[in-house]
Amino acid sequence: MTTDLENINYIDEPKETLSMNPKKFLLWLFIVSIMMMFAAFTSAYLVRKAEGNWLEFKLPVLFWYSSAVLLISSISMHIAYLAAKKDNINTLRIAISITFVLGLVFLVMQLFGWKELVAVNVYFVGNPSGSFVYVFSGLHGLHLISGLVVLCFAFVSAFRLKIHAKALNQIQICATYWHFLDILWLYLFFFLIYNN
Amino acid sequence: MATAELHAHDAHAHAHDEHEHHELGFIQKYVFSEDHKTIAKQYLITGIIWAFFGGGLSILFRLQLGFPDMNLEWLRPLLGGWIDESGKLDKEFYLALVTMHGTIMVFFVLTAGLSGTFSNYLIPLQIGARDMASGFINMLSFWFFALASVIMFSSLFIETGPASGGWVIYPPLSALPQAMPGSGLGMTLWLTSMAFFIVSQLMGGINYICTIINLRTRGMSFTKLPLTIWSFFFTAILGLLSFPVLLSAALLLIFDRSFGTSFYLSEIYIQGEALPNMGGSPILYQHLFWFLGHPEVYIVLLPALGITSEIIATNARKPIFGYRAMIGSMMGITLLAFIVWAHHMFITGMNPFLGSVFMFLTLIIAVPSAVKAFNYITTLWKGNIIFTPAMLFSIGLVSLFISGGLTGIILGNSALDINLHDTYFVVAHFHLVMGAASFFGLMAGVYHWFPKMFGKTMNRTMGYIHFWCTFVGVYCVFFPMHYIGIAGFPRRYYSFTALANDAQNSFTDLNMFISIAAILTFSSQLLFALNFFYSIFKGKRATQNPWNSNTLEWTAPIELGHGNWEGEIPAVYRWPYDYSKPGSASDFIPQNVPFSATPESNLPEENEEIAKEKEIEGLLETQNGVYNH
Ligand code: HEM
Ligand SMILES: [Cu+2]
Repeated sequence: MTTDLENINYIDEPKETLSMNPKKFLLWLFIVSIMMMFAAFTSAYLVRKAEGNWLEFKLPVLFWYSSAVLLISSISMHIAYLAAKKDNINTLRIAISITFVLGLVFLVMQLFGWKELVAVNVYFVGNPSGSFVYVFSGLHGLHLISGLVVLCFAFVSAFRLKIHAKALNQIQICATYWHFLDILWLYLFFFLIYNN
Repeated sequence: MATAELHAHDAHAHAHDEHEHHELGFIQKYVFSEDHKTIAKQYLITGIIWAFFGGGLSILFRLQLGFPDMNLEWLRPLLGGWIDESGKLDKEFYLALVTMHGTIMVFFVLTAGLSGTFSNYLIPLQIGARDMASGFINMLSFWFFALASVIMFSSLFIETGPASGGWVIYPPLSALPQAMPGSGLGMTLWLTSMAFFIVSQLMGGINYICTIINLRTRGMSFTKLPLTIWSFFFTAILGLLSFPVLLSAALLLIFDRSFGTSFYLSEIYIQGEALPNMGGSPILYQHLFWFLGHPEVYIVLLPALGITSEIIATNARKPIFGYRAMIGSMMGITLLAFIVWAHHMFITGMNPFLGSVFMFLTLIIAVPSAVKAFNYITTLWKGNIIFTPAMLFSIGLVSLFISGGLTGIILGNSALDINLHDTYFVVAHFHLVMGAASFFGLMAGVYHWFPKMFGKTMNRTMGYIHFWCTFVGVYCVFFPMHYIGIAGFPRRYYSFTALANDAQNSFTDLNMFISIAAILTFSSQLLFALNFFYSIFKGKRATQNPWNSNTLEWTAPIELGHGNWEGEIPAVYRWPYDYSKPGSASDFIPQNVPFSATPESNLPEENEEIAKEKEIEGLLETQNGVYNH
């Protein structure tokens, strides 16, 4: 129990009390809950796989390309953030738009990835090893759509000149969420590659 | 910064132009309110309604268990077709009753009703904040809960009946609509309702954590937080980490049910027909479910323990014994809660070695639990005890926590649990330690904070009668269940008279006794409801600090407006448990009294704190900044 008590002492700083932006903090907590959900899925995958009767198949090649697209969109997201920091509103608008389009492209590519799966007779309904791939990519896609909505809001704010060097909260929140969605997909993808 | 500038600004974006004297319309004030106090009351009232409802269901099935031959024809106006031709409870409906009772009690009453009420009400008031970090998300949280409630409630009225597979809804029973009537539309509604419920709890929990970390008033360091806040904090962390896992489990179940996938289903014959599903694993569901399921019991229990700490210290007029040990043990319980889930699965054919690992981890929980029990008792020891109804319920909780916790040690042993699993022994265990204990915490909290919530006082005498009926009643109901369980009576069985060559017949009287006790205990809750609703409207006006308590909420005005404190939020200089401090004339020193004002009672190290008081005051500007950004 002594280690617990040390932990408490560690955070016992009066100045800490009011230093964090509550909205950003809310976002991080939200991210934690999404992480737990996918952690549950991937653990379920491992538990189920350990029981045998497991169909093996090749993951769609397209997933590699879509991952690349998503990575690039993260870069453009970061460019948007840097532009906002430098009050470079034009670049900001363009970079947000590019991010948005790349997000859409990613979603379409995921759909075609599913087509590849169907082509090798891996369906949503069937051996769980295939169903899991659909669940992972499908639910990630749903979350990505929510990311697109957040981007839309940022886009509107950028046009109304509500994002600039002195008002970075919104673009920071947007960027954090987007990068998280990117990393989440990479995690799922590499998890599948490694455990397929 | 001038205090005149300090208005009750919310921490969220829309509230910039909302001042505390600004009158809101009825809808904004009482229905879609973003004020944490209103949301708390909404949760409380909804929780109370659910509690009566869920309790009423248990009376129905207790009738069947206690009086298996009774003619229930008189219930036909209420239950219609669920009373069969012979005037008895329909067998399928019995299972539905058990399931709905469990679901309602665990999730809707003791999770939403308890955390939702007291986290919402007390967090901003006890840490010195104007409101939650996001009033809007907080409002959404309640309305998602309301939506979940409506869906769950409506599932009681459909023709095939509500979900009937137990509150744990194990597949394949829950996954196959043809398995039992309740697994049809009823189960679909159950899953939909729970999905909304989970979203609601996540939104609530995210808000609680964020508020506690970011919106504490100046000087309110973590070591000065009341134990209530610590318990809500750990509860919210448990929920944040475990509810998403339940959502995952439910989603896979939904896919199995509605899209034909085989996550949980494999090689099943039903009605003489082989199902196409291959390769799934029902045990997988149990792992996912109990990863939430066990933390859930602490989500239910920890707030009650926090409330009890506060009430016991206040009414024993003594500092809480072992403040840091209390925090440490709650932290220990929180951590352990995530690594013991498989003690619910000892009989699933798990590897015995794995079983003993989980057994070991489970038994370790007894350590922090015992620390808490001892600390309550030592706080009471030689205290100047004032027996308010809230105090009685708190002491009752300690009693129930001990007697229910002891049987946990028995069940935690896998060799014993293999015999006792799914018998009434388990029912007795978790009703005492989780059900009754948390319910007592809820009641204690209502009696204690009622004056703050409604500005009125509840009738004491009725409170005492309510307590004694409930306390004696709960033991009469649940204690005998241990014996019935050891004798082998399984839970979720409609009837036992024909079981094992009538071996259970000798327990008929005991079952009758339990049922009568249950009916009386349940009826005595009407006293509470009467007292509660009557006092809201006609109760005596409360004073500002009726229990002479130290925490910040009692420094706020009796009629609480939006933003809680009219002027500045008070600063905090000391921990919340300075009761009966030697040297002090008054037997309590509230948290907002600086050490420089109490030289007669300061300890040497507290005199050193005086130097820091300026620093705390200096934080006022930063604090106002949070509300004006
Ligand atoms: C202190 C708070 C506790 C709460 C709220 C609690 C709650 C519960 C609940 C709700 C169940 C029923 C599961 C079911 O539906 O089958 C249960 C079962 C169980 N509890 Fe507890 N419990 C607590 C403490 C303990 C302790 C201290 C131990 C062991 C040291 C323990 C060990 C068990 C075991 C092993 C089972 C599984 C029994 C079975 O399924 O056959 N519990 N508990
Ligand atoms: Cu458990």
